[in-house]
Amino acid sequence: MTILTRRTALKLGAAGFMLTIASQLALGQDGPLKIGFVNVGPKDDNGWTYGHWVAAQALEEEFGDAIEITFVESVPEGPDCERVLRELAQQGNKIIFATSFGFGDYVIKVAREFPDVIFEHATGYQRSENVGTYNARFHEGRAVMGTLAGHLSQTKNIGYIGSFPIPEVVMGINAFTLAARKINPEITVNVVWLSSWHDPAKEADAARALIDQGADIIVQHTDGPAALQVAEERGIIGGFGQGADMSAFAPKSHLSAIIDVWAPHYIQVIKDVQAGTWVSDDSWPGIAAGEVVIGPYNEKIPADVVAAAEAVKAGIVDGSVNPFTGPIVDNAGTERVPAGQTIDDAGLWAMDWYVEGVKA
Amino acid sequence: MNPDLLIPIIITLVGASTPILIAGLGELVVEKSGVLNLGVEGMMLIGAVVAFAVTYTTGNHWLAILCAALAATAASMIFAFLTLTLSASQVATGLALTIFGTGFSALFGQAYTGKPIAIFDSVFPDELENHPFWRVVFDHSPLVFFSLFMVVAVWWFLNKSRAGLILRAVGENDFSAHSIGYSVIKVRYAAVAFGGAMAGIAGSCFPLLLTPQWAERLTAGRGWIALALVVFAAWRPFRLLAGAYLFGLVMTIEVYTKASGSMGLFPSEFWAALPYLATIIVLVLISLRRSGNSAAPACLGKPFMPGQ
Amino acid sequence: MLYLTPIGAVLATAIVGAIVFSLIGYDGIGAVREIFLTPLLNPLKWQDLAVKSAPLIIIAVGLSIGYRANVWNIGAEGQYVLGGLAATGVALLTRDFSGPWILPLMIVAGMLGGMAWAVVPAFLKTRLQVNEILTSLMLTYVAIQLLNYLVIGPWKDPMGFGFPQTRMFTADQMLPRIVPGTIVHLGAPIAIVVAIAAWFFMSRSVLGYQIKVVGAAPSAARYGGFSVNKTIWLALLTSGALAGLAGVLEAAGPFGRMVPSFPTNYGFTAIIVAFLGRLHPIGIIFAGLAMAVAVVGGEVAQTTIKLPVAAVGIFQAMMLFFLLASDVLVRYRVRLGTRRELEVAR
Repeated sequence: MTILTRRTALKLGAAGFMLTIASQLALGQDGPLKIGFVNVGPKDDNGWTYGHWVAAQALEEEFGDAIEITFVESVPEGPDCERVLRELAQQGNKIIFATSFGFGDYVIKVAREFPDVIFEHATGYQRSENVGTYNARFHEGRAVMGTLAGHLSQTKNIGYIGSFPIPEVVMGINAFTLAARKINPEITVNVVWLSSWHDPAKEADAARALIDQGADIIVQHTDGPAALQVAEERGIIGGFGQGADMSAFAPKSHLSAIIDVWAPHYIQVIKDVQAGTWVSDDSWPGIAAGEVVIGPYNEKIPADVVAAAEAVKAGIVDGSVNPFTGPIVDNAGTERVPAGQTIDDAGLWAMDWYVEGVKA
Repeated sequence: MNPDLLIPIIITLVGASTPILIAGLGELVVEKSGVLNLGVEGMMLIGAVVAFAVTYTTGNHWLAILCAALAATAASMIFAFLTLTLSASQVATGLALTIFGTGFSALFGQAYTGKPIAIFDSVFPDELENHPFWRVVFDHSPLVFFSLFMVVAVWWFLNKSRAGLILRAVGENDFSAHSIGYSVIKVRYAAVAFGGAMAGIAGSCFPLLLTPQWAERLTAGRGWIALALVVFAAWRPFRLLAGAYLFGLVMTIEVYTKASGSMGLFPSEFWAALPYLATIIVLVLISLRRSGNSAAPACLGKPFMPGQ
Repeated sequence: MLYLTPIGAVLATAIVGAIVFSLIGYDGIGAVREIFLTPLLNPLKWQDLAVKSAPLIIIAVGLSIGYRANVWNIGAEGQYVLGGLAATGVALLTRDFSGPWILPLMIVAGMLGGMAWAVVPAFLKTRLQVNEILTSLMLTYVAIQLLNYLVIGPWKDPMGFGFPQTRMFTADQMLPRIVPGTIVHLGAPIAIVVAIAAWFFMSRSVLGYQIKVVGAAPSAARYGGFSVNKTIWLALLTSGALAGLAGVLEAAGPFGRMVPSFPTNYGFTAIIVAFLGRLHPIGIIFAGLAMAVAVVGGEVAQTTIKLPVAAVGIFQAMMLFFLLASDVLVRYRVRLGTRRELEVAR
């Protein structure tokens, strides 16, 4: 793939690009299917963008020379991303994946100008004829993590570092808290908002502050392992990897992880486009479909706790467990979901409230 | 607020204040010699990325700090050459240095994004480091003790040494210093180099002390705070120490009010803006007093043109 | 000579940049080609050049007037943000109205917002001799925090899923596109008009002359009866107003709403543009285009030869370094004249 671990790959990429153009002109044919990725962070963030990078590499393995990928990193969510999207479309990319919520408006805008290019927007909600959305049910993973935390926390105080209070993040907080409180109803979750997806310094500060206030487990919904490193440094019970297995950064504190596996979805999209059967849709699979993978459990976790977590996971997969089963009371005391009922997808997207036990 | 939090807050506070103290000390000396180097942020970033790279490759923190200092000094020499030898505008050159440092560190750091390193922790024995009370004093990296030592060293240099006297003379009245026979340009080159080294060391605090990872713009604008700090301190080292800790306190409060769930009376953005507002207020207060001896070095920012 | 040095600086940057980047393993020639040539040769990119250079030119023109007067406004970024915020405030207030009067109102609000942010440094410098570099710079950070507060708090779009952004501006509140089928908006011609107006002002009006004298020889200026303080006010308010204007045009143009990522360092890049343009409005037009070329080219390079975006910053810094270095060839003559004037005035 033409992405850079730089040096050698760069020159090959440039040469390959030239060859592609040349072959297109010479043969008058389409050449490889060009695919673009627009990412909000660097592929080495060890979290969100890294997950897409891994998936992009899986695409290369699957399709080989039939495709050519351009992976653009660290694009800010603003008019600059509009230019990058347009640039990719102008360069002949036929499928463009925009992997962050904030790209949404610009994807719709640019998609209008390039009706024969297919755009897929991750974690978004806006669709059009040539724009589809896709996401993964991370909150299912949060429920498993919450089960672990519920068993393991001793201070019953859990710190949660959030980026922006968008529905996806809120869902995660709520699913985690519900699962944890099922094990131990006294657990409280303290949320801090960073207002950024990727700011290791701020994240580390927030983690320290939460730990100093008594949290012995730290959870984060940001793109990076900074919070885990602080957890390791302070020697608290632990934290979770977000988007990828982050145990390399915190071998003692890394309890488990939610691993994003995008490859199945991407492969499906490519196949659909090649076959001409792609339609704009909202794809939202979870653990059952293999898009959300639970990372390996830390050795220090007792076997019965692991079993409990695995039971929750199995329940989600076979449908017997729904992370949002009533009765659910919000943190102001109002009952939001009566006993026995669950929240449907639309309700999840409209979630702007927090369950009991969350201080946000 | 919880009294148990006092000690952890103090430790976090020290971590936040140390880099701006070190960078501020360096810039203080530079400005005392009459030069305004706005490139502190850029030099700090260069120091940060070099310190990270060296630590990642060799695991040796001391070597990392040394290399960071050297790299930032080299960058400061570009500034020195342009402003002292070629008499270019100090403001423009300093800004160019910041932009250059930002770009260079981002480029250089690409290979290291997301790789972990070990923190440059305290070198004291574990019992002291983890003692519930005494950790306030001992649970600190050598960089912290270096910063405190440098406060005294810079004070002594400026006020008690002959070299310091010459430097101050060059900053207050370059023509007179020149006519007595001192090389204004040489003194300023040395001052700028010192400022560069300190900025580099300050930059190394970020990966080694605070966030053991590399990310672009790791210093998050602290270089500009260091510049503000120098003025806030009225170019006096001990006031700089107090100011650095005051600013560090404000920065720490911002994070803690967020984390404790209580936003306090003010939103966190107010706390984030406070160091900058405070600087303006102090600038006004200094000017109102107008007693003369707390004013800026008279030649600050003006190029030296001998002869004529 | 005066006008050759900026071109020389760009050329030197291209050459040195190609060499340095090749040495560290990138496609150096390719980088230079993509950054400097492709934006000029690829017609699809011209609209991006127009859109990117407009705010740079407007801000730089304002700054150059100040710099000529020896007034160092470093806080253009903050004044730019305030311009955008003021416009957003008006937009949110007039959300339910429609009519052609809304956009001009936003523009005026933006200019006033930028001016307001320049009042503090002006006041402190004229009354208390406080260095305007520091005051204007500090206010930039205050402005950014104010922006964050408003967008995350009171001004947040209730329909925005919790994301920190304001509502989108209505059609009446957005800048019209002046070249159909492109993204070139009203800001581009406004930038040209501003530059030409500034040129006339500085070269033909008494105030313009006054500004130049105050900058070059303050004692002579006082001797001649020009008020240095009034000039400082004029310089800071003008640069504040123009930075605010750029802010409005960006908010109502490419952004279409206010978001935390609104500050894109135009205020700082414009300082380089001002110098590269030799503090002359027409020179600034070209310098703004050159800087836009570097930025747009950097994005192209990112997608074609995978050059990291950070490289653009290095090229920009190099351009300024070379320009400042080449200054020495020109400066001596100017400086000599200044010194004599000063000595005569004493």
